[in-house]
Amino acid sequence: MARIRTTVDGLVYEDDVEPRMLLVQYLRERLGKTGTVIGCDTSNCGACTVHLDGLSVKSCSVLAVQANGSEVLTVEGLERDGQLHPVQQAFHDNHALQCGYCTPGMIMQSIDLLGDNPDPTEQEVREGIEGNLCRCTGYQNIVRAVQDAAQKMKPGATASQPASVAGGGA
Amino acid sequence: MIPASFDYVRPTSVAEAVQALADGGDDAKILAGGQSFIPVLRLRMGDPSLVVDLGGIAELRGVREEGDKIVVGAMTTHHDVTRDDLLNQHVKLISEATKTVADFQVRHRGTLGGALAHADPAGDLAAPALALDAEFVIAGANGERTVAAGDFFEDYFTTAIGPQEILTAIRFPKYTGWGARYEKFNRVAQAWSIVAVAATVKVEGGTITDARIGLTNMAGTPVRARGVESALVGQTMSEETVRAAAQAAAEGTSPTSDADAGSDYREHLAKVLTGRAVLAAAG
Amino acid sequence: MTTVENNAPAQEIGRDRRRKEDRRLITGRTRWTDNQALTGLLHLSIVRSPFAHAEIGSIDTSAAKQIPGVVAVYTASDIGADAVQLPCAWPITKDMKSPQRPALAGSRVNFAGEGVAVVVARSAAAAKDAAELVEVDYTELEPVLDMEEALKEGATLVHPELGTNENAQWVFDSGEAGSGGSATEALSAAEKADDQVVITRRFRQQRLVPVFMEPRSTVVDPSGEQLVMWSSTQVPHILKTMLALTLGLPEHKIRVIAPDVGGGFGGKIAVAPEEVVTLLVAQKLGKPVKWTETRSESLLTAHHGRDQIQDISMAVTKDGIIKGLDVKLLADMGAYLGLVGPGVPILGAFMFNAIYKIPAYRFDCTNVFTTKTLTDAYRGAGRPEATFGIERMMDEVAVELGLEPMEFRKKNWIKHEEFPFTTVSTLTYDTGNYEAATDQAMQMFDYDGLRREQEERRKRGDVKQLGLGISTFTEMCGLAPSRVLGSLDYGAGGWETASIRMLPTGKAEVVVGVSPHGQGHETAFSQIIADKLGVPFEDVEILHGDTQSSYRGLDTYGSRSLAVGGIAMVKAAEKVVAKAKPIAAHMLEASEDDIEFTAGKFSVKGTDKGVGIQDVALAVFAAHDYPEGIEPDIDAHATFDPENFSYPHGTHLCAVEVDTETGFVQLHKYVCVDDVGTVINPLIVEGQIHGGLAQGIAQALFEEAPYDESGTLLSGTLVDYTLPSAADLINFDTANTSTPSTTNPLGVKGVGEAGTIASTPAVVNAVLDAVRQYGVSDIDMPTTPFRVWTAINSAKGTAGRADEADVASPGAGLGSTAKDMPEGGNL
Repeated sequence: MARIRTTVDGLVYEDDVEPRMLLVQYLRERLGKTGTVIGCDTSNCGACTVHLDGLSVKSCSVLAVQANGSEVLTVEGLERDGQLHPVQQAFHDNHALQCGYCTPGMIMQSIDLLGDNPDPTEQEVREGIEGNLCRCTGYQNIVRAVQDAAQKMKPGATASQPASVAGGGA
Repeated sequence: MIPASFDYVRPTSVAEAVQALADGGDDAKILAGGQSFIPVLRLRMGDPSLVVDLGGIAELRGVREEGDKIVVGAMTTHHDVTRDDLLNQHVKLISEATKTVADFQVRHRGTLGGALAHADPAGDLAAPALALDAEFVIAGANGERTVAAGDFFEDYFTTAIGPQEILTAIRFPKYTGWGARYEKFNRVAQAWSIVAVAATVKVEGGTITDARIGLTNMAGTPVRARGVESALVGQTMSEETVRAAAQAAAEGTSPTSDADAGSDYREHLAKVLTGRAVLAAAG
Repeated sequence: MTTVENNAPAQEIGRDRRRKEDRRLITGRTRWTDNQALTGLLHLSIVRSPFAHAEIGSIDTSAAKQIPGVVAVYTASDIGADAVQLPCAWPITKDMKSPQRPALAGSRVNFAGEGVAVVVARSAAAAKDAAELVEVDYTELEPVLDMEEALKEGATLVHPELGTNENAQWVFDSGEAGSGGSATEALSAAEKADDQVVITRRFRQQRLVPVFMEPRSTVVDPSGEQLVMWSSTQVPHILKTMLALTLGLPEHKIRVIAPDVGGGFGGKIAVAPEEVVTLLVAQKLGKPVKWTETRSESLLTAHHGRDQIQDISMAVTKDGIIKGLDVKLLADMGAYLGLVGPGVPILGAFMFNAIYKIPAYRFDCTNVFTTKTLTDAYRGAGRPEATFGIERMMDEVAVELGLEPMEFRKKNWIKHEEFPFTTVSTLTYDTGNYEAATDQAMQMFDYDGLRREQEERRKRGDVKQLGLGISTFTEMCGLAPSRVLGSLDYGAGGWETASIRMLPTGKAEVVVGVSPHGQGHETAFSQIIADKLGVPFEDVEILHGDTQSSYRGLDTYGSRSLAVGGIAMVKAAEKVVAKAKPIAAHMLEASEDDIEFTAGKFSVKGTDKGVGIQDVALAVFAAHDYPEGIEPDIDAHATFDPENFSYPHGTHLCAVEVDTETGFVQLHKYVCVDDVGTVINPLIVEGQIHGGLAQGIAQALFEEAPYDESGTLLSGTLVDYTLPSAADLINFDTANTSTPSTTNPLGVKGVGEAGTIASTPAVVNAVLDAVRQYGVSDIDMPTTPFRVWTAINSAKGTAGRADEADVASPGAGLGSTAKDMPEGGNL
């Protein structure tokens, strides 16, 4: 067992974990953050994507012990005072989800992408989310949503939330 | 899936890490970025008793200039490599190849040293390292040693790193002003390279004055396409001369046959992609 | 009684409503089965056979039982799992050969991945640790891998007790059915006639895996009066009934819940062995138990799809009129029969004639057992195979006859004025307009412009050559008229049920028997109810997926939820209005004959007096004053049994660029115009088309589940089973034409499978169109770069045909079959 201290979605947690415990298991099984899901065992699908110290990672390919001392942001930490993050809102507005299983990972990766590239082309969006698999949407509306969110997050745009949230930790 | 149990240490210096490996014995394994290692553990294709996490060793991260060399700490992430000004300026080929590794999330965690030590024949960084005549700095109980790229890659998933040694840094000569292209060929964006070509060339006044070509997945180790390099040097830059030179790309390779490609197809791809890579590098 | 304002919402049907479902899903407030965390929950890990075909000797569980946290280790007989006969609901012929399919194998395993034992532990990790220590003594048998070999005299038998590897042979002959002439005669006549030809081709439908994003998971809690099973399933109702029938449990003692389900695509139409094992273990221990599969477990053991060999012959006049069609299929069932597995290829029997007027047709399908994972429904189920066969054939014949491929189709398709049209396979297509969809698609695509560009590239000898592919398709969906299913020996009906509960405050709870897993039912159904009852969209709640609230239903598959379930809702709404009418009349002190219902309001003709249906709901709740002789209740329940299938159709056009140096195929342009009848929600329809296209295109270009010569699946992880990411696809240009269905009151047709059914042949036809100039006439799917390059080179005669080796790429360092990777290594 190893003792870890993390900040997840703004709250501080301290736990003893087995070294083999994956970050995604820690989030789901120990913290009850079941919004983050597991879709594969080879890091292909990206459904488990969260932000670790401000960068998107696949939480199935990070050990919980490696997150010791770090800040984690999951899909459950995006809402602020009942206001959806602009990327969440854009996913809703553009019908960018169907079954919703890939959605948490897609949203977290899209936010990371927009933090890095605030005005991506269609191709840049496609490449930016190539580590996230979706089986329902054919990706078209996801790409649309990310570009829509980009427009709404531009300085001066009427966004429901300050753009500074993009890519940031909790 | 869940990995089998293991013990875990997170040393804060290379010396501590070397000691931990020695203490851990044969079943101790190094965790760098973990982007191949953790999936391997999850699939239970590996079963270490001890995992030595290099993530806490600050000295293994970062890029610095040392005279005529650019030195990259082994634990520098792909993400940091792609954004590093020194590398972009002096070792553009490694920046270009790193951009094609996996996806954003994996590049945020995966490291240059980890990828090179893993030595997957379809991995995208070994061929550029070979082409660039990189040197590998390896630390062990008896201190540091340096291994040339040509001697580093020994076989499929096998390198010159000893069981109780750690790759600490990769040194690249400067290729300032050289053009570079990593031409990657895969079935889908997420798939590993069927074949890829790492090319960096120096063009002066329309003439190719120097060239370095490395091939990915054309053997158990990366392969240097020296025949192409020598055929290129001194040639006037043109599509015709480049494509003619690229015909030598499959010399000295021993590609495998699998579901994605037969060996003859890989040899053909090596030639086609070499031509394209050199033309793009010469841009 | 006060006069009420008519504040009913604007027409909801046809609006692009954003989905009600989204809020939970985009914020992570989800209820996937694996999220269940009950006190005392135990976890399962299933020990699976690494061999395709083997006798099971002894099983040593002693070491596994020593792992801390392990509660029990059971072999098949310990929990009676070997005696279970998992159900097949579709015995396609009276003499169909059907092996026993146990929940865990007792004495013999018949595919790699079949379960032989199960570990129960306090954590999933401990269960897995222990499962690795279960020692099973196997004696290997010959695997059975090739369908044609399997049918030969003396072949190794998957199930020796059946005496054959043939599951069944199913034949339709239009001459015998009286719906057309004899195809056999038509073909032989064509061979003799100077002005006709017979063209024969063999196509392969590769094996695919549905790959729903949420791995399957089942939790069983046996502690209450009703045993509760949560499962990631498309079919909670069928599952409940089948569990009762299969295990001899009283049906009223079982409750099945399909909570949030992360995709299905047919892959979750099952009574899975793991569901039964979870139940048996929970019963034995009296504790809640969970099984959640890993992705590699899912790829290996959840049912696969497609896998057919198609031999097709078409008789045609030299000026392009089809005279007869003969289809011979071999369909790989895998090791066992799934819930509807044997019927999947039979669903294609009615679709090979597609949109064309074919005077004589014969369909002859033989289902074959092999030692592979069983096959069953995957998006389209039978219809993509048929559409591929006929649409590839249309291109092949057009080429042979020197006709433009679209012109050849036009010569043979049913014209819009000919509807309703009864086909050679006995179906009656109610509505359609192939000309309209095609005209619009050709225009959007700039077909002529792309043909010109293709010609220019050919003349220049460009490295990247352009190919254009067509698929003009229809399909039968909205499964299904119960009598038709009965005539096909299907084990259930095809009706659907809905109930409407009008709550005291006027809100409506609509209980449906269909079971969504991403389709957006809550939104589209709310739109329908809002219109039919005249209540606000927001005031409607759709309840589904729990057999306690929704006790009657046949679930979601075959694009049936709207075309069948949606109509049940309309019928139930009509009953609510009918029940409310006398009460409204009473409240308005008017004769019922003078009451009319519009937009949620009952009003007295010729006056401004009225009462809203939501007020009637409150009035019957209070029940202080209502007419004599009726119940104070306006709730209603309806079951709808369709009289016909629905027949969406469309024209799909694909342009690809083929890199002739590498064989790489890049999508260049994709246009489709689909007629799905009345559109309830255009946003959802478009989304269904997009997703369907991605899966159909993936069959053409990317996906395959191959086995090696020992019967080991080579695509055992998502490293090897290559799904397309966003970077591998392009934007699709989609549009709709609409000829409303006349067989249901909404005029709707199914949409869930259309994109998948239509797109695969459009892509492959495009690939071939690009490389036919070199003499290539066919490329197996998926048309990988290696296959395309090999085909070009073989045709040109510039290189020998390279052999594909049955091993995973050495680069797939994470691949399940990367045998050459030394354990560990410095990573």
